[in-house]
Amino acid sequence: MSAKKEELRIGFYVCHCGHNIASMVDCVAVARSVEKLPGVALARDYKYMCSDPGQVLIQQDIREHKLNRIVVASCSPLLHEHTFRGATEAGGLNPFYFHMVNIREHDSWVHTDRQEATEKAKALAEAAIRRVAHHKALEIKKVPIHPDVLVVGGGIAGIHAAMTLANAGKKVYLVEREPSIGGHMAKFDKTFPTLDCAACILTPKMSEVGSHPNITLWTYSDVTKVDGYVGNYTVQVKRKARYIIEDLCTGCQDCIPNCVFKEPKFTDDFNEGLGKRKPVYIPFPQATPQVVVIDPEVCLNFKRGKNPDGSPIVSDKCKKTCVEACGEKNAIDFTQKDELKEIKVGNIIVCTGFKTFDAGRVPAYGYGTYKNVYTSLEIERLVNASGPTGGEVILREGKNPDGSPKTPKSIGIIHCVGSRDKKTNIWCSRVCCMYSMKLAHLLKEHTDAELYNFYIDMRTPGKGYEEFYNKLLEEGTHFIRGRVGEVTDWAMTPEEEGKLVIRVEDTLAGVVRRIPVDMVVLATGLEPQADAGDVRRLFNMSCGGDGWFLERHPKLAPVNTFTDGVFLAGCCQGPKDIPDTVAQAGAAAAEAMVLIDRGYVEQEPNTAFILDQECSGCKSCIPLCPYTAILFDEERKKAYINEALCKGCGTCVGACPSSSIVQNLFEDSEIFSEIEGVLSYD
Amino acid sequence: MTKPWTPRIVAFFCNWCTYTAADLAGVSRLKYASNVRVIRLMCSGRVDPQFILDALARGADGVLIGGCHPGDCHYVEGNYKMLRRFELLKRMLVDFGIEPQRVRLEWISAAEGEKVKTVINEMTQQLQALGPLGMPQKFTAWDQELEHLAQAVQARDAAAGPCPTHAAPSPTPEVVHV
Amino acid sequence: MKYAYFPGCSLKGTGKAYEESLLPVMKHLGVEMQELDDWNCCGATAYMAVDEGKACAAAARNLAIAEKSGLQQVLAPCSACYLVLNKTQHYLHEYPGMRQTVARALETVGLRCEGTSAVRHPLDILLNDIGLEAVKQKVTRPLKGLKVAPYYGCQIVRPYATFDDQTNPTTMDRLLEALGATVVKWPLKTKCCGGSLTGTLPEAGLRLSYILLKEAIKRGADVIATVCPLCQFNLDAYHPKISARWEPVPIPTVYFSQLMGLAFGLPDNQVVLHRGMIPMKPLAAPAPAAAAAR
Repeated sequence: MSAKKEELRIGFYVCHCGHNIASMVDCVAVARSVEKLPGVALARDYKYMCSDPGQVLIQQDIREHKLNRIVVASCSPLLHEHTFRGATEAGGLNPFYFHMVNIREHDSWVHTDRQEATEKAKALAEAAIRRVAHHKALEIKKVPIHPDVLVVGGGIAGIHAAMTLANAGKKVYLVEREPSIGGHMAKFDKTFPTLDCAACILTPKMSEVGSHPNITLWTYSDVTKVDGYVGNYTVQVKRKARYIIEDLCTGCQDCIPNCVFKEPKFTDDFNEGLGKRKPVYIPFPQATPQVVVIDPEVCLNFKRGKNPDGSPIVSDKCKKTCVEACGEKNAIDFTQKDELKEIKVGNIIVCTGFKTFDAGRVPAYGYGTYKNVYTSLEIERLVNASGPTGGEVILREGKNPDGSPKTPKSIGIIHCVGSRDKKTNIWCSRVCCMYSMKLAHLLKEHTDAELYNFYIDMRTPGKGYEEFYNKLLEEGTHFIRGRVGEVTDWAMTPEEEGKLVIRVEDTLAGVVRRIPVDMVVLATGLEPQADAGDVRRLFNMSCGGDGWFLERHPKLAPVNTFTDGVFLAGCCQGPKDIPDTVAQAGAAAAEAMVLIDRGYVEQEPNTAFILDQECSGCKSCIPLCPYTAILFDEERKKAYINEALCKGCGTCVGACPSSSIVQNLFEDSEIFSEIEGVLSYD
Repeated sequence: MTKPWTPRIVAFFCNWCTYTAADLAGVSRLKYASNVRVIRLMCSGRVDPQFILDALARGADGVLIGGCHPGDCHYVEGNYKMLRRFELLKRMLVDFGIEPQRVRLEWISAAEGEKVKTVINEMTQQLQALGPLGMPQKFTAWDQELEHLAQAVQARDAAAGPCPTHAAPSPTPEVVHV
Repeated sequence: MKYAYFPGCSLKGTGKAYEESLLPVMKHLGVEMQELDDWNCCGATAYMAVDEGKACAAAARNLAIAEKSGLQQVLAPCSACYLVLNKTQHYLHEYPGMRQTVARALETVGLRCEGTSAVRHPLDILLNDIGLEAVKQKVTRPLKGLKVAPYYGCQIVRPYATFDDQTNPTTMDRLLEALGATVVKWPLKTKCCGGSLTGTLPEAGLRLSYILLKEAIKRGADVIATVCPLCQFNLDAYHPKISARWEPVPIPTVYFSQLMGLAFGLPDNQVVLHRGMIPMKPLAAPAPAAAAAR
């Protein structure tokens, strides 16, 4: 320390965190050891430093003991650095005269030897004491927030988040990759446990989204590029060609009956392949926007093969009766190309949802082998009045003597297909028990069949859920506890002939049972979307080992990600039901509004700057910066950093051969003294 | 100290992935060797090779660098920049007579608390097998050697009388390292 | 291609037809099989159930001899041998305690087992090393019209699904189709044949055999093709008892290798169809299974 500088007076605090730290680290010993270090004016241990009295303690000490540096040894800085910087500031010091030591997550919680853990805490504390001596007063930079928000995914999560923001007067871009918003919920018949009709509660929200002045709805579109940072994202959206001019299409659907294909003959994805559609179609009656789509893969007006730019080749061979039917509306445009749009937003809410487990991955259950084995989503469509059979539950295979399609007399619902299974997915998908019971109820209502539910455990945690289970029990649905071994068509008795036999160990009765049924429903679990990895990279998020997007904190920051200004809602974060999804979507919208309404975001002043007189002008740093924040002054032959663009990674600092780049908060002198400190023990 | 020697590891973890993973290891109460000391940086790209050399010179037996997986860097590509330096540094370590296994670079994502544990435990075991690096002791020994040499030269010069070309030999030998 | 051949006890006894047909078939395909010198029991069934250490030591001795011979691939046609040898490899790698036990036991006879050799099943080798194309080229008498129920048994796919699916294996299906046969769809591919229960608890064991035979007939199969000497024995040897207890279910059960020999046009003494209790009808006139009763 030069004589000119004020004398160092460091205040050191070690937190017991109740027993969390104190049980493994001798906090008093740490305080006594730090006390002796040069520059330390006082060292205290305290039960809960993050509590109000703990913070007040720091503030008082700063005033009474004229402290000019603060070090707190407690939990992870990712959790409470902000808190203690606040306390330091409230005590009258620049908040960056503070440094934090992590002796909980990195010490007391991960070690088993009290003496070793205490030694480690002392070393980490000494490193911080040495480091904080080099700290400088810094100013927090405020960056304005662009008030518009991008919502990715138009399921119930995206719809709710977009509506919440739009109703608060924020401009929202809602991007959905399918031709209509609605997501999985639009496919459901009823919702548990109240048995509200899913369409009745969803479609009003969908049309509101479609007509809301604050919402720009882009369906059939993909987000292709995201640049920038919190408050200032630049997003590129690809609007896929639907060969319909959206603004001109009135949704009259006159084109569909007039298509040259008289009968629908192509797989209808919305109905899970149970129905057929034409090349020109609208996914479902309540689709939003009410705009048809043309599928170039099957439309006769397109040739096989692609143009060099990847777009389909127009053959003009078709009679184009659809164009005739459209008439003067002129909404059909076969020459339409994919269009790239660029938008600026301040926040992004990712609601990209889930996919259901591919039941074919459990061959023992016979999906794909036996026609009368269904997935739960297929049943949702089958019992739906607007579904492929108009709500009539008929079997795929088997006819009555009079030739009419058969209705099932007995149905088995197998729970946990692709859930709670080491061979497939380890997690509980959370919704299957409840939706299985809902489907059991609906199937009973539609067919009066005998219903069997095969479960491992019944999981009904939720408002009114257990009551729903009781209701089902009273309705006479059979519940058999045991993971089903197989579904087979191998009959042992005349009663089993022509049926699907479910073989299961009934673990309550303690016997192996064979239950013949007409229809098997597989309660498939929820999985991350197939392209979750790409989406994660696009938005700079993290994924858990299971593939779900990772929230910043499982309890206290459930809708935040590790990237500021990017929020999560719905099943892309993990399996959840509709109430939880809606709650999370509302929370994500609120988090975005926090930033928008404050108008700015505080940025860590950890940017880098170049010491002009030291820079040799070698330009080594320039190509290293991914943000092109480093510029070169050709006249003076010196590099300089545009602070507004610098994100504070420090890569250029680590590479500068003349040590002429300095990163605030992570200066070389600070890190070298930290190295010295951590190696100071024994 | 009577307790047996254990290696000292200095770890540089990036704020977004590996430091968070180490927090997760804590939250999950995973147990690992206590001889690692973590220094938080914003990005593994900030790791200056001098940090690594300084840590080794000051008595670390090993240095661990943790960054995001390739393609996942919070700052787009800082981890690649680190990887480049790391490969160069390893060659240099060999020239210094330091086993390159003492410096390790690992990609650990925020979800991989388990990996923090295994990597630290594994590295501790490996270093245990390699034994202490003991750079500070070596420096002292080398300094002493130089001093002896200087003294011997002085004594010889004194015996031989003043040399016309080397009027005054420097009074103290230059110390190589502090 | 050269493999160390571990016959095990069955292929020299009750499963003689397996060895008698497999060796010529492999030779015909240009595969060299060198029988392990001084091999011993693989360590199956009773051994494994009573004392895993002894069972693994027994198996490891065979693996050690194979390692010493320099052949890295051990061909084990019998399902039980295949499983036990595989299990021993797994145990040696996964459990240091077991590695030690085995090492000590082998030391006494001056052997070492590193666990480096690969334990292979003929089906694995036929599909993955030789390839179905090479097999097809050798077919001179396609098994046209012969309806075969492929029966894999439990041991080659569970617990280690090394080369096929655990619940719905298809390697033999594909092989049989390459021979020109029609593969019958039946869901009992990996169901229990009764195993050793046919001897100890006949009521339970024979019932399982009966189910398999009955279902194969019901699905229109002319013959059951198997890979396991115990399965073949159970499905072939107990017809009188099964008829007495339930009903006659006369359908022959042969090794897949016998069907291969048939399709390759090998001489009768290399196809050894006469070894079966329920004889298989000559191929020229493939008759419905029911007519094949003795």
